[in-house]
Amino acid sequence: MTNHWVDIKNADLILIMGGNAAEAHPCGFKWVMEAKATRKAKLVVVDPRFTRSAAVSDFYAPIRPGTDIAFLGGVINYLLSNDKIHHEYVKAYTNASFLIHEGFAFTDGLFSGYDEAKRSYDQASWQYQVDGQGFAQVDDTLQNPQCALQILKRHYARYTPEAVSQVTGTPQADFLKICEFIADTSAPNRTMTICYALGWTHHTVGTQNIRTMAIIQLLLGNMGMAGGGVNALRGHANVQGLTDQGFYTEMLPGYLGSPSDSDKTREEYLAKRTPKPVRPNQMNYGQNFPKWHTSLMKAWFGGAATAENGFCYDWLPKKEAAYDVLALFEQMDRGRMNGFFCQGFNPQASVPHKAKVDGALAKLKFLVVIDPLATETAEFWKNHGELNDAKPETIQTEVFRLPATCFAEQDGTFTNSSRVIQWHWKGADGPGESLSDLDIIAGVFVRLRALYAKDGGAFPEPVLNLAWPYRIPHQPSPEEIAMEISGKALADVPDPKDATKVLAKAGEQLAGFAQLRDDGSTAAGNWIYCGMWSQAGNLTARRDPSDPTGLGQSHNWGFAWPANRRILYNRASCDAAGKPWDPGRAVIKWDGTKWTGNDIPDMRPDARPEEGVMPFIMNQEGVARLFGVERMLDGPLPEHYEPFETPLGLNPMHPNNPLAVSNPAARIYPGVMESLGKADEFPHVATTYRLVEHFHFWTKHAVLNAITQPEQFVEIGEELAREKGIGNGHRVRVRSKRGQILAVAVVTKRVRSFSVNGRKVHMVGIPFHWGFRGATRPSHLVNELTPFIGDANIQTPEFKAFLVNIEPA
Amino acid sequence: MAWQSLDIQRRSATTTPAPGARQATEVAKLIDISQCIGCKACQVACMEWNDLRGEVGHCAGVYDNPGDLDSQTWTLMRYTELENNGRLEWLIRKDGCMHCQDPGCLKACPAPGAIVQYANGIVDFHQENCIGCGYCITGCPFNIPRLSEKDHKAYKCSLCSDRVAVGQSPACVKTCPTGALHFGSKEAMKDHAEHRIADLKSRGFSNAGLYDPPGVSGTHVMYVLQHADHPEWYSGLPRDPKISPWVGIWKGLAKPLAIGAMAAITLASLFHYIIKGPNEVSKETEKEVENETRS
Repeated sequence: MTNHWVDIKNADLILIMGGNAAEAHPCGFKWVMEAKATRKAKLVVVDPRFTRSAAVSDFYAPIRPGTDIAFLGGVINYLLSNDKIHHEYVKAYTNASFLIHEGFAFTDGLFSGYDEAKRSYDQASWQYQVDGQGFAQVDDTLQNPQCALQILKRHYARYTPEAVSQVTGTPQADFLKICEFIADTSAPNRTMTICYALGWTHHTVGTQNIRTMAIIQLLLGNMGMAGGGVNALRGHANVQGLTDQGFYTEMLPGYLGSPSDSDKTREEYLAKRTPKPVRPNQMNYGQNFPKWHTSLMKAWFGGAATAENGFCYDWLPKKEAAYDVLALFEQMDRGRMNGFFCQGFNPQASVPHKAKVDGALAKLKFLVVIDPLATETAEFWKNHGELNDAKPETIQTEVFRLPATCFAEQDGTFTNSSRVIQWHWKGADGPGESLSDLDIIAGVFVRLRALYAKDGGAFPEPVLNLAWPYRIPHQPSPEEIAMEISGKALADVPDPKDATKVLAKAGEQLAGFAQLRDDGSTAAGNWIYCGMWSQAGNLTARRDPSDPTGLGQSHNWGFAWPANRRILYNRASCDAAGKPWDPGRAVIKWDGTKWTGNDIPDMRPDARPEEGVMPFIMNQEGVARLFGVERMLDGPLPEHYEPFETPLGLNPMHPNNPLAVSNPAARIYPGVMESLGKADEFPHVATTYRLVEHFHFWTKHAVLNAITQPEQFVEIGEELAREKGIGNGHRVRVRSKRGQILAVAVVTKRVRSFSVNGRKVHMVGIPFHWGFRGATRPSHLVNELTPFIGDANIQTPEFKAFLVNIEPA
Repeated sequence: MAWQSLDIQRRSATTTPAPGARQATEVAKLIDISQCIGCKACQVACMEWNDLRGEVGHCAGVYDNPGDLDSQTWTLMRYTELENNGRLEWLIRKDGCMHCQDPGCLKACPAPGAIVQYANGIVDFHQENCIGCGYCITGCPFNIPRLSEKDHKAYKCSLCSDRVAVGQSPACVKTCPTGALHFGSKEAMKDHAEHRIADLKSRGFSNAGLYDPPGVSGTHVMYVLQHADHPEWYSGLPRDPKISPWVGIWKGLAKPLAIGAMAAITLASLFHYIIKGPNEVSKETEKEVENETRS
């Protein structure tokens, strides 16, 4: 979240789209109700089905799964053509005025630079026009046809209400009503918050779904404002902590891009990731990258990391290919991976196309499952009849199960969607021989290290030299780890403004990431968490709910990254002169000498407004990007593409270009196209989702949850039920090109058909909490049905839109 | 069980006068249906606090799980899909004991002390006195109490009288994540409901209102309804609940008559004993019995 849970109470309009906060986040949802009760806020829900969020909304509209960009593109068009944008904000704080390369084009669904063979774009024409000094050219009149705002207008002019309705199936009147709700928050003192979750990410256009909303919030001037922002509601208690800490191969801790084969030296690696300013006077905070990376290497390799050896850069693994979850199982399936540590992860239930996952797991030599629960994956080899039709005699994989404690049985931290890191205390001992994840991993490490020390082996240096300063090597304490992640001074850190002063003495915990250095004098395991355990102690353990701001900021509750800041980009909550757009909800302000107020300013504290230092300090421009010049692999502006399994067979926005039916830049592994179904055989759109009664695949092991939602069901509309002769409560079989599941049919008014591109499309809603292990009624895993394809940028699987057929069982 | 901090104001099948020295405040739970997301956290909290574990059942094509109230399910979310003025509404009602000010169950109960009403208004079952006759079910205008198949005693929501007795709110209220459940004095709950109803009216629910039915002299569990003119839309919430007339007949006429008849039989037996002396078993019969026992 750019804002935070409690801040939702400050909103005038809450839009829930691409998520279902009432069911997936019932506790956080209380702040939606608070906004309704105390601010007279309106709640609008856009979702393929009438959810429990919709049940308490002021307005609900249906949308065909996988068409959010069409809907939101239509909103952009509405805002621009009805002049419902926050002009001063857009002009000052976005790249609206920036001139884009003359070579940029968008033709029949493809952006300039497309390479069909590689399914990727050359982004050379997606850049700014620059002057001799490398600064971007701007047109303050916003009239130049190459300026970002004009390109935006042209791009979305095609998204008329008629076109939106034709693609999304949302009735035009409903769409326009929602546009009015949203447009109302373009007033400087009105804000909308958007709460989304995996309903936006689980698509081959997932990242672009979110980009579209970011553009809308910028046009409305809602970023940085209390009650505004783009707010990702995270789906696990600590999935925010997981991404922050870089528990995946693309990133090192703190969102530092991990090195790849092409980054031969530390210098090359740092140069590529340390951005140059593209506008004068901007903070360009990313210029500090070397400090963050060097401090990370000092935390990992301690005394072994020196300036002379490039702080052990050569010891870091360099990616030669993708290592996202689809890539992992693809490699496993091709027999290129022998062993797999599966920690707190149930891939049979969480990775699409179960038959493929089963085949991949069967090719492993060994599988280690570290989990508190008896997961399906740990028994992928075992025959559970029709539900898991494995043949144990043909599977050679050796499976080791290491029972772990659950979160309530260990100390540690959770980071919630608000970016607030909170210490949690053990509530009970774990059962039997279970150990904490920390103890299990440390135990494996110290044994491995001993083997390397004794026998040598290939490339033992990184293992033997890994800093392991814990009091009990096989049992590091969560406190030791937290202090290491937060960071400390290895030598005295002098004040750059006054050499006679020392900011932190050697051995002290650092107060924040501003104290990090690139000379090896500081160590921090994650720069964005720096300061969470300072000389003042463990700030994540604070539990003071007092809120003198009245905005719900509670700065003494836990520790929010970065720098205990609760609302990101909060400089944008003020006009250019530093006066809050809405004095009633002032986040910060310029008091004549410094930035101050109800939050930690997201701005150099002494940056006078006249200096023109812009609020989006992590961007080289200092302003936010309506036109995405970097990072997005599938286009600088979001465009509607159909899901890879489309019920239409074409993209109504580009009906004549077969290359632009689905995301042209999405990665397709060999064999995947053959595993995708067509609408003639599988005519219905399926979407998967969570229910409030369960948490993923965990709570089916708990009797109380099992009582409240005992059995796999699917939801269909009354019309489809009539057509197929399916009665409410009847058993049905749902098939996709990849597999099938049995379920109970819930026939409901909450699921309806969509009128799309001149035809009727039915939907099958598939909640996914059941499996063949647990206290609930045994059932298939829903991944029997789902397609093995992911988002073009980050490879999140397309769980939310695929094709199925349904029949009475 | 009885708690000393809660005075008993009424007791089934008992004529002993109620204590009256202490000042009890009438309490109430307010269920604001317009803020309820149907998450069933209240259902789970109820099972946890009261040590209840039902069967893991089946999906019957609806979200209502279990399918009905039972001895292990004292509160249950009931879901209704309603098309109203061209818009879909999903009305979700938390069902359970309404804790009537004039409790039909207590009036119908023939077992002394099996059902009590505390001075704060809570109606509670004391299962150790329950004879399992099921009259409370007949007496209840909301169809709430259920007999246990295990011990043949009647069970229902106690409004967590054990928690309330020590100054805590009921488990369901404590756990509700959205603020749909409130607990306090009945007056305070009515005040809160007024604010909520004003808010709902401002959002277009012109018939929003409080459900506190006078037919049972009001209840200690009340609903804020978006459509107070149609309580039956909410899974058949009764429009004008009243205690079944049979309870009145039983209590007002039949019971005294029956008691009179029983008293007459007792008296007649006594006279019979005095006049005729005890019944005696003949020697022949005794012999027959002995022979049967041996064979």
